[in-house]
Amino acid sequence: MTEQGLDAAGTLAEPLRRRLYQYVVARGGDVSRADAANAVGERRNLVAFHLDKLVEAGLLDVTRRKVSGREGPGSGRPAKLYRRADSQLNVQLPPRDYETAARVFADAVEQAGADNSLYAAAHNEGARQASTMPAEDRPADLGDLVALLERHGYEPAREDPAAGGPIRLRNCPFHTLAREFPTLTCGMNLELLRGLLSGFEGFCARMEPSPDQCCVAISKNNKD
Amino acid sequence: MTEHHLAQLNIATPRFPMDDPRMAGFTEMLDPINALADASPGFVWRLRSEGANDATAERPFGPDLLVNFSVWESVETLWNFTYRSDHLSLLRERREWFQHTTEFYTVMWWVPAGRIPTLDEAGERLAHLRAHGPTAEAFTFRNTFPPPARDTTAP
Repeated sequence: MTEQGLDAAGTLAEPLRRRLYQYVVARGGDVSRADAANAVGERRNLVAFHLDKLVEAGLLDVTRRKVSGREGPGSGRPAKLYRRADSQLNVQLPPRDYETAARVFADAVEQAGADNSLYAAAHNEGARQASTMPAEDRPADLGDLVALLERHGYEPAREDPAAGGPIRLRNCPFHTLAREFPTLTCGMNLELLRGLLSGFEGFCARMEPSPDQCCVAISKNNKD
Repeated sequence: MTEHHLAQLNIATPRFPMDDPRMAGFTEMLDPINALADASPGFVWRLRSEGANDATAERPFGPDLLVNFSVWESVETLWNFTYRSDHLSLLRERREWFQHTTEFYTVMWWVPAGRIPTLDEAGERLAHLRAHGPTAEAFTFRNTFPPPARDTTAP
C-alpha cells in the first residue's frame, strides 16, 4: 500500500474528477481541455483545474503539442493534452501483495513447464465465474458483454460495431505480470476469457496480439 | 542510425522428428511466422539455410537442437514481434512441440550495427549466460541491458 495510492483514491472521490478520469481513459489517447469540458458539460477553467489535480495525483500524464500544426512565432502556445498515466497504483486495505505472489507462481509454472496446467486452471476459473453469475448479468449480445468485461477491468471497445466488429480490450488486468511472463500470462488470460464465454451462448475469444492492446479479441460466434 | 543492433539466439529440442505429423502444427506455422518477422518493424536479419526459407535444417549445437537466430534494431522491436504478434500463438503452444528445459534456452546481446553475428559467437553467448547469469554480454528479456555507449568490439 502506498501513500500515492491512497492520495489517488482520494482524488477520485470528487465526482467530476472521476467522470473526467473515466472520459480520458475511455478515449484511449490524448485529450484536450476543450474536449474534456465538452464531454462533461462543465466550464473549461473548472475542468482544467480538475484535470491538473488528476495529474498531481499521478493518475494522468500531460503532453504539450501544437494542435494547429503550425510552427514558429505566432503559431500559438502548445496545447496541454491529457492521457492515462502509465504507472500503476494499488490500493488495498489492509495491505496485500498479490503481485509478488503472482510473479512467484508464474516463475514456478515456467520452471516446471506446466503451461498447460495453468491454461486448464484458467479455463476452469472462467467457467466457474460464468456459472455463478446471476441470470440478469449473463450477456445476450456483444453490448452486454462489453458491460460485463468492464466490470472485470478490461476496458473493452467495439471495433466497427455497425458491422458487428469484434471487441478489443484496451486494458490488460494482468499488465505487470504480462510484461515479465508474456507467454504464460497472455495464454492464461485467453483461457480465462474462453472459460467465461463457454458459460454463455454465441461468443468466441481468439488471440490477436498487437502492441498497446490486450492480446485477445472477442466476436459473435459464426454458428449463431 | 543506431550504433548497435540486438542479436538473439533461441534453441529448442523438438519432441518428435520434424516430419512427424505431431509437429505439423509447428511446421505449418514456419513460413507465415517467418514472413511476419521479415516484415516486422525493426527486423534486420535471420539465419536461414542455403536455398531454404528457414534454419530448421541447421544443427550447429547438436543433432536434436533447432536454432532460431536473428538480429533486430532494438529490444522493443524484438519484444513486439515475439509477444505482440501472431508469433505469440506459436509460443503459447510451445509445450506441444518442444521439450521443457530448466536451462537458459534463449540469449540476446548487442552487436555493432551492420555486422552479422556468427553461430560460434551465438553459442559462446549462450554458454556465457548459462555460466554467469544475465550480464551486459549475454542477457534475456527479463533482465535487459542497454547497448554499449561506444563500440568496444574494434575490428
